[in-house]
Order: sequence, then C-alpha cells, then structure tokens
Amino acid sequence: MTTRDWLLADSPTSRWQANAGRAYRVFTALLRNPLSVLGGVIILVLLLTALFAPWIAPFSPTGQNLSQRLLPPSGVNWMGTDELGRDIFSRVVWGSQITLTIVLLVALISAPLGLLIGAISGYFGGWVDRVLMGFTDIFLSLPKLILALAFVAALGPGINNAIIAIAITSWPAYARIARAETLTIRNAEYISAVQLAGGGPIRVIVQHILPLCTSSMIVRVTLDMAGVILTAAGLGFIGLGAQPPLPEWGAMISRGRTFILDQWWVATMPGFAIIIVSLGFCFLGDGLRDVLDPKSEGKS
Amino acid sequence: MSTLLEVENLRVSFPTHSGRVEVVKGLSFTLGRERLGIVGESGSGKSMTGRSILKLIRKPGEVTADKLRFEGIDILDQDEKQMRAIRGARISMVMQDPKFSLNPVMTVGEQIAEALVTHQKLGRKEVQQRILDMLVAVRINDPERVAKLYPHEVSGGMGQRIMIAMMLIPEPELLIADEPTSALDVSVQAQVLDIIDDLVTRKGMGLILISHDLALVSRYCDRILVMNSGRVVEECAAGQLDQAKHPYARGLLAAMPVIDETRDELPVLDRTQWAGT
Amino acid sequence: MTTEQPALTSPPPEKLTSKRRRRQIGAVATFLVTLFLTFLGLLAITFFIGRVIPIDPVLAVVGDRATQAQYDAAKIAMGLDQPLYMQFISYVGNVFTGNLGMSVSTGRPVAADLSRFFPATFEMATLGILIGVAIGVPLGVTAAARQGTWLDQAIRVVGLLGYSVPAFWLGLVGLAIFYARLRWVGGPGRLDIFYDGLVTPITGMILIDSLVQGEFDIFWNAVWHIVLPASVLGFFSLAYIARMTRSFMLDQLSQEFVTTARVKGVPERIVIWRHAFNPIRVPLITVIGLSYAGLLEGSVMIETVFSWPGIGNYLTTALLNADMNAVLGSTLVIGAVFIVINKVSDVLYRVLDPRAR
Repeated sequence: MTTRDWLLADSPTSRWQANAGRAYRVFTALLRNPLSVLGGVIILVLLLTALFAPWIAPFSPTGQNLSQRLLPPSGVNWMGTDELGRDIFSRVVWGSQITLTIVLLVALISAPLGLLIGAISGYFGGWVDRVLMGFTDIFLSLPKLILALAFVAALGPGINNAIIAIAITSWPAYARIARAETLTIRNAEYISAVQLAGGGPIRVIVQHILPLCTSSMIVRVTLDMAGVILTAAGLGFIGLGAQPPLPEWGAMISRGRTFILDQWWVATMPGFAIIIVSLGFCFLGDGLRDVLDPKSEGKS
Repeated sequence: MSTLLEVENLRVSFPTHSGRVEVVKGLSFTLGRERLGIVGESGSGKSMTGRSILKLIRKPGEVTADKLRFEGIDILDQDEKQMRAIRGARISMVMQDPKFSLNPVMTVGEQIAEALVTHQKLGRKEVQQRILDMLVAVRINDPERVAKLYPHEVSGGMGQRIMIAMMLIPEPELLIADEPTSALDVSVQAQVLDIIDDLVTRKGMGLILISHDLALVSRYCDRILVMNSGRVVEECAAGQLDQAKHPYARGLLAAMPVIDETRDELPVLDRTQWAGT
Repeated sequence: MTTEQPALTSPPPEKLTSKRRRRQIGAVATFLVTLFLTFLGLLAITFFIGRVIPIDPVLAVVGDRATQAQYDAAKIAMGLDQPLYMQFISYVGNVFTGNLGMSVSTGRPVAADLSRFFPATFEMATLGILIGVAIGVPLGVTAAARQGTWLDQAIRVVGLLGYSVPAFWLGLVGLAIFYARLRWVGGPGRLDIFYDGLVTPITGMILIDSLVQGEFDIFWNAVWHIVLPASVLGFFSLAYIARMTRSFMLDQLSQEFVTTARVKGVPERIVIWRHAFNPIRVPLITVIGLSYAGLLEGSVMIETVFSWPGIGNYLTTALLNADMNAVLGSTLVIGAVFIVINKVSDVLYRVLDPRAR
C-alpha cells in the first residue's frame, strides 16, 4: 500500500493515522485553491527569510554609512538606502524576524487563553458562563487598536509590551469561538460517556473539547494575523513598538515619512512587505476556512 | 395533438472533485397538450430535467441535447433575453416549498403582479382585477385580504396555491410542477393537485408533474416516465402502470401498500438488478 | 371546497398593544442596562490601565517635568491614599460629570480638548463612510452577481487589501502621489494656512460651517483638503462593506425565491436588486455601523499623517508625551462612541427586520 493510500484509508487503525490522513486531506484541498497556495508560499518565504536572515541580507541592518544615505533602489541596494545609509532591503529582511516573533507570540498567548476561557465558559454554563462572557463581551465591544495603544502607553514602549498589549485585545474573539464550539459539542453522547466513566471536567475539556475547537481556531488565528501585523506596524509607526535601531517595518515607515516626497522608497518598501505578508495570511486563512469551516463565511 | 415539447438525448452534467458527473443521461420524450408525470427518487435527475427545459441551469452545470424544442423553438439556441420572454409567459414552473420559493419581503399581491407585468403592459386596475380573479381561481375566497399578506402569514397550502396563481396568471402553454405537494400536509395535497389539474385542463395546457410519489402521479397524469440515476427506465400510460416491465418500476409498485393489504412485510428494492444508485 | 384560514402569526389587535408595549419597554431597558454595563467595563479597563499598571500612577499623570508641588497636588486630587475601589468610584463619578483630568501637554482639561478636536474626526469619518457605502455596496452586489468571473476575483482581492494595507502607509503614499506629484488634492491640514481661522466654528465641521456662512472659497479649499484622507478611510470602509455585501448577496442568490423570480422571466437587473438585494438592506445597516465605528478607530493612524487636528492626532501626541490623562480620556471617548455605534446598529437590525416584527 502506498503512503497516499495509507493516508486516505477509510478505516484508519490508529489515531496517528487518522490525524495524518486528515492533515493530508486538508493539504490537498488547499492545494486546489490557487490563492491559498500563494498565501502558503508567502508565509513559507516569510519563515525562511526570518530563519536565514543573516545569510539572505546582503548588508548589516544597523551598519550606518552616511556617505551612502538616501540612495534610490539599484542593483546594489535593491530597495535603496535610508537616511543613515543603511540598506533597506537588509533591514526589511531582518525585520521579518520581528514580524514573525510578534505574530507567533501574540498567537501563542491569546489563542490558548481565549480557547480555555471559552471552553470553560461553555462547558460549565450557568453563572460561570455569564461572568466570563460578560467580561469577554466588554472587551469585544471595545476598539482593539485604541485599547492596545492605551496598554502600551501604560506599560511603556517596546516590543515586549507591544506583544502583550496586542495579545490582551485579541483573546476575546477566540473565547467566543471556543464557547460556541463547546456548546455544540457539550451535549454529545460521547462526552456523557466520558463523564459517566468518571472523567472530571479537566479531562473532558482538555482531551475532548479542545481538540474539536482546533479547526475553527486555526482559521480564525490565521485570518487575525494580518490584523496583528497591522496593529504592530501601527504601534511601531507611532513609536511605541519595537524601538530603534530595530528594523521593525512600521517604525521604518515612520522614519521615511519626512522623505516621502523625494526619496519615496524609504517609507514605501517596508509597506510593501507588510502588505504582502498580510495578504499571504489572508489568502491562506480564507483557503483554510473554505476547507475546514465553510459555515463561518460571512462573519467578519 | 400538437407537440409542445420535444426532448432528445438530454444530458445534464456537473463538475465534481472526481471529474464531471452526469445527472441526466440521455433523456428523450415528447409532450403534447397532455399531462406527463416524471417519477423518481432523490438524485434521479427529475428536477434537473424540469430546470433544463427552462434553461435555468447555470455554469458550472452543462446542458446538452440533440433536440430540445418547445413549440418549434430551439431552447438551447436561445440567449438569456429570449429565454426571459419564454419563462413565465409560455413555460412556467411551480416550485416545491412556498416557505422558501416565495419572496418573504414582498406581499402576495406584489409577487403575482410581477409575474403578470413582466410580460404584459396593463393598467394598474386591470392588473389588480386579474390578480383577484386568479386568486379566486385557485380557490382563495378572500382575495383582497390575502393579496396584502406576506408569505409567512399564510399556511403552506395557501402559499402553494398562491404560487400556482403566480405561475399561471400569464397564461403559459406549459406548466412544470416540480414536487408541488411534497412540502404540504397530506390532507392538503389533493386539494392543490385538483386545482392544478382543473386549471391545466381548462386552459388546455401541457403539464409535466415531477414527483417521487408514484400513486399521486398515476392519478393525475396521462403518461408516466420513471427515472432512475438520470435515465428513463419505464415509460407507459398511467392506467397501464401495473404492466410495467423494468425491475425498478415493478419494485416501486410492489413496495406501495394497498388498502386491502395482505402482505406482512413490504418488499425492499433489490438495486443490484440494474446497478442503480 | 372551503378555503383554509391563513395561519396568522400575530395575536388579535387588542391584546397586541399592552403585551407588545411591555415587550418593547423590556427590550429598551435591557439595551440601556447592557450599554451601561459595557461603559462600566470600559471605565474599569481605563482605570486599570491608568492606576494599576503604572508603577507610579501620579507620575504618569503629571509627567516627569512636574514640580514636587504639582506632584503632591495631583496625588491628593487622584485620591491615591484611598483604597482602590473608592478610587474607582470617584473615577466613575468624575467621568460621568465630564471631568477627564488635565492634559499635561496642552495644560487644558482633557474633556475640553476632546470636544474641540472631535468635529474634525467626525467630519472625515463621515465622509469616509459615505464613500465606503457609495462604492462598496455596488461593488459587492456586482461581485456576487458575477461570481467566479475575474471581476469577482478582483473585487475579492480589493476586499482583502482592506485588511492588509496599513492605513498610515496608504495615507503617506496617497499624499506623495496625489498631492506632491500630481497636485490633484490639498496637502496636510484641513485648510491652506492663510484660510485658517477665517471661518467661525459653529458645528466645528468646516464643510458645513463655510457653506452656511457663504464662504465658498474656503469651502472648496476644505473639500480639496479632506478628499484624500476621507478617501483613504473610504477605501478601508468600501473593502469591508463590499466583502460583506458580496457574502450576503451570495446567500440570497442561492435562495429559492430568486429562482422563482427568474422562472417568472423577470429581468436579471430586477432579480438582483429587487429580490436579492432588498432583504439584505437591514443587515447591511449593521455592517455599515460597524464600519463607521472602525473608521473612527482608523482615523487615529491617518490623522498624524495628514496633520489633521482631530482626536486621533490628539491621542497620538498624548501617547508620545506619555500624557496619561489625555490618553485615557481619548480612549474613553473613542471607546464610548465605538460602543454606542455598535450597540445601536445591533438594535436597529432587530427593530427593522420585517420578519422579527
């Protein structure tokens, strides 16, 4: 039996086989959608760029060379140089590390947090549900960007605080999704079976409910990443995110602002990077949603 | 009897993950000013047949036929604009569930009016009168009041009668009834079919009655086509149904209980006999 | 053959009024209570940010250039010797009486500052939403009507760009191209410098004020200046609105009653607008409301780029100066407007949907 047959087998003989088969099916379904393939490629490029930045970037991101300042894009400096003579392409490449770090850390903090709160809220119901959801709803009714700004203002500028601030404003959406999923699953018979066999709430939630929320969570997290990137760039633009000389893309646009009229590349290039990466996440997220969770189309 | 409809080798296909699938596989029949019943289970292709006559099947679905003629007009040759002149005015279709097939935010009167004024230029008073007359013809006793109601304010049986009124008011020559009573209570089904039967006979229209209910079709139609997996497996006059030859048709007949039933168990179809779905 | 009685879904008229009235009052009461609780939540969060997070909340308010006397005075005014819940109560009381503290950078009460700067943001955001609706809705309908064609794909990409392009970047690029290179629009600021102060502010919105006072030169100058920032906001708005309209329309176009209309031979244009589009007008109101709220938020980023004297600019300046009172005051006001718009759109939807009546 070939690997493909094994993956697509109708009756998998182990959990490992079932999971692998499912992943394979999702993967092949994604491949049929050209836009999501494009998105996947973009994100792959982002990952590789971030990982291999030291080898990809032709120049140092912080090496100032005032005699080379504000040069237009050329064969040597693909994206030109900024006001301190630094090669913009190299800075964009190194900046991908910052973008990736922010996106991953925000996801790693907010998604599990939201997931847990939502699952607990949905599973226990009653006043636990009402308190937690009231709390979540308040956060959901507030403008995310403004709140993130306010948090960073209090915590102080810096990339760590930016990550925390963005994560604080992101978890409520995941809580809502997790709660909705939990409510559908909660009354299923196999959950009752686990409970009758003596499984406590923690076991039920962690082993049975959480895994079923994963597909909608994955879709939502991917789609939200574009927003996270934009928020982080916005914080950087205002000066509250990653501090100089870190080559954060938003901060780079801010630096280039004074030269926008004549040396347009300083501010525009990092913007293109942001757009491409965000589009990549959007394409991939859209594709994932079509494959994993088509019913949620139509909700923003 | 003049021929209303000529269908020869009608094929309808849709693309799926595993290639193109044909849901109607070479259907052929002719229809005069008579009542034809098309019977089949879900997925037999009967609804698709009705829709392809009206050229309602859009991409990615594909409709081909050697011949698809309505009163001499080649349907496959007509463009959208020409089809719009035919739809409603010359061929109409009554759909299955008035809960879904009537526009929920337009009043009954407005919807019926639209069917009429799309094809005929009439004054407002005359339109109003025609609507009321039509509602009376489908045995709605209080037409002025009903015309002002919204679809969710009427019952299923009444909604379906409104649908019939809407589809017959432009006086088409051919009516396709796609499962017109499947969403209704049994007690109301006969009433609705009587109305269709009555109006079709009075106006000398052709009728294609699509249903999964064999008994119903045999009662209201002159001829019957039995479809399975996109093909016609039996074609006969309604009164000669018990002489059906194809195993599928015989199986369906045998599975119907009769009033003086003597069998303890109804037979189950053995589908391997014709490799059906 | 007797006619059936139609199944009426509403009870006879006399019972209708009092029961309905009670239901309506109950609904309004619930709405107000939820609104109030959400406000309270917002206040709790801003309080938390202002008093609990900073190591020295007084320093956050007065800034590092304050004298010891100012520091002490502020400390007493903030009531920091009191337990936290007492502080919160007096904070809430302050906010509801309109006292948002003093701004360290402008030296004026934050509330006064905000009311001065709000009209500029409101003017720009309102123009933005008008652009968004005027372009976004037809775009969404077209995309749904021509699903699968390249036009549909293009409109979908525009929709996605609305999520992927940084607003401040678009503003900068817009300025560089349309102002600096092409001179099609005015530059940063609401008016050319020599027009500044010539219009007596009535509503605070220059477009209205200048028209009302018959100052047509100033009016056109203001239009020239607001076009670009409003268009940038309008772009994000139309991207979102188009995306949602398309989604709603696709839903509607797959409904049976749309097929019925086609069966009747109704022209496609009428099928699309009269049959498919009509039912979605009400949900679209919610979408538009959400978009409007989003524009208020987005203006924060744009106003710095365009030197637009609105709340967004005020907020970003306050952020850079670590002017906590101004920051939190702006957060409160923007947050409150955001909440109100969202909740009102929500309610409007339920009120206007004919099927819910």
